[in-house]
Amino acid sequence: MHPALSIVFFTTMSGAGFALLLLIGLGVPFGLLPADPLFGLAALATAAALAAGGLVSSVFHLGRPERAWRAFSQWRSSWLSREGVLSVATFVPTAIFAIGWILFGAVSGVIGLCGVLAAAFAAGTIYCTGMIYASLKPIHQWHNRWVVPNYLALGLMSGFLVLDLIVRVWVPRPVGTAVLTLLSLALAWSCKEAYWRFIDTTSAPSSVASATALGRGGRVQMLEPPHTEANFLLQEMGFQIARKHRIRLRAVARLAGFAAPMLLTAIAAIAPAGPGALAAALAVASAAIGLVVERWLFFAEAKHTVMLYYGAAAV
Amino acid sequence: MTDLPLAHPGQKKLGLVIDLDLCVGCHACATACKEWNSGGHMAPLTDFNAYGDNAWGVWFNRIHSFEEGGSEGEGGGARTVHFPKSCLHCDEPACVTVCPTGASYKRAEDGIVLINESLCIGCKLCSWACPYGAREFDADVGVMKKCTLCIDRIYNDNLAPEEREPACVMVCPTKARFFGDLGDPNSSVSELVAARGGQDLLPELGYRPVNKYLPPRRERRSSPPLDLVALATAEPETGGNALLRWVDRLLSR
Repeated sequence: MHPALSIVFFTTMSGAGFALLLLIGLGVPFGLLPADPLFGLAALATAAALAAGGLVSSVFHLGRPERAWRAFSQWRSSWLSREGVLSVATFVPTAIFAIGWILFGAVSGVIGLCGVLAAAFAAGTIYCTGMIYASLKPIHQWHNRWVVPNYLALGLMSGFLVLDLIVRVWVPRPVGTAVLTLLSLALAWSCKEAYWRFIDTTSAPSSVASATALGRGGRVQMLEPPHTEANFLLQEMGFQIARKHRIRLRAVARLAGFAAPMLLTAIAAIAPAGPGALAAALAVASAAIGLVVERWLFFAEAKHTVMLYYGAAAV
Repeated sequence: MTDLPLAHPGQKKLGLVIDLDLCVGCHACATACKEWNSGGHMAPLTDFNAYGDNAWGVWFNRIHSFEEGGSEGEGGGARTVHFPKSCLHCDEPACVTVCPTGASYKRAEDGIVLINESLCIGCKLCSWACPYGAREFDADVGVMKKCTLCIDRIYNDNLAPEEREPACVMVCPTKARFFGDLGDPNSSVSELVAARGGQDLLPELGYRPVNKYLPPRRERRSSPPLDLVALATAEPETGGNALLRWVDRLLSR
């Protein structure tokens, strides 16, 4: 599948933003994070900027962006519509939570409940993002049990990394946050490895024979494509990535996305305040690069069933 | 809503039956489709660089060619099968249910899958959800396009009754394409499918396509293939006729 940068940035940024919202919405009302309104301003503004920035980026993928509002209508059948509805709905309890906390210093009662509600909606939004891909039967590399856990774990990991950086202004050595960040990194890394193992060892049940209803007379293979030039299907669905690049890019994703952030977070957990904050900032920067590469690969490594009609032996 | 209409017994399911034994791969169906639909319900079917390098355009019908059977290498006895492919108007069209705006829909009255262009946001998700490649993005107008089963021909009172068929069916010079109601078990297309063992494409994905493909008949040759080399180098047949023997002697001198 063609990796559109608008979608790569959308899923990585929104994933981090909604996951950060999830952590704040649960952590603050339950007294696990500082209740200082200034922390509220910094953390909620960062979460909202990441989530909204991603949503704006996704609009650039559309052929008719001015009609984007119509995507809120088909939540009964479409995961994309459900994601749209939930992502916008998340901002309602988030706004009440933000006003109550930042302006009036309240984090319990109704305001706290709005934080929990925002957390639930944010988690639901990330789940819907995963389901958009996991529900597409023609793409074996997406239509499997590893895709939704990956979106949730990778989102959680990026949310924790950002939280571990911001919270340092209020808590000089947030060991608890750093340890949870390390755990989320380990969880996300193992989910990604399991996903890669799955797509490396399995392929779709469909074949050229089942795609053409031929094969009773022996093997089936493409003789001639329908035309000499490219078309929409080949550009959108026929994206191919060289094997050597795939291996190298996976190494970049492993190193920048998981290994380096783990090392830096571990350093941040034990270092004094100043160096600790620097290490946490570097962890966020490294993970951002790693996750963009990881997400680009999620598209580039996905093979669409329609390619069986264009010479692919398997998808 | 992009929910699918509830199917009822005897549901009308308009669709195509394509005989892979008869198709000669002439691309007339694709050309006729492009011609009619460039001015029809989903018009325009935009082309970029139509007459230059890197031509790019929207087509509802594309004709692939496959090779079936035989052994490796040239002259291995493989059969060439021309394979026209357009929207199959599935009973379970995921392209409809994934649509976030309600632009995609399946008609309750005849099962045709259509796009309401004025609602489409061009997110391309329906093209990802279709395993058959039936939906194409028109980069010029920013919306998705697809086969309409020539809805503006089959119900068109301004056309003569015999012309109320999809353009691809009308034009086919070998009559390899048939149009009809596949929901009616007694229709001519349903009987053809039953008689020839009509097949679904990608049945394992569960889209339950309405269009059916008639596989090529089994081996048509009853005798072993001719040995062309032996034929070409054989001595001429001259036995029997005295006149021919005399002419042969005369010319062989």
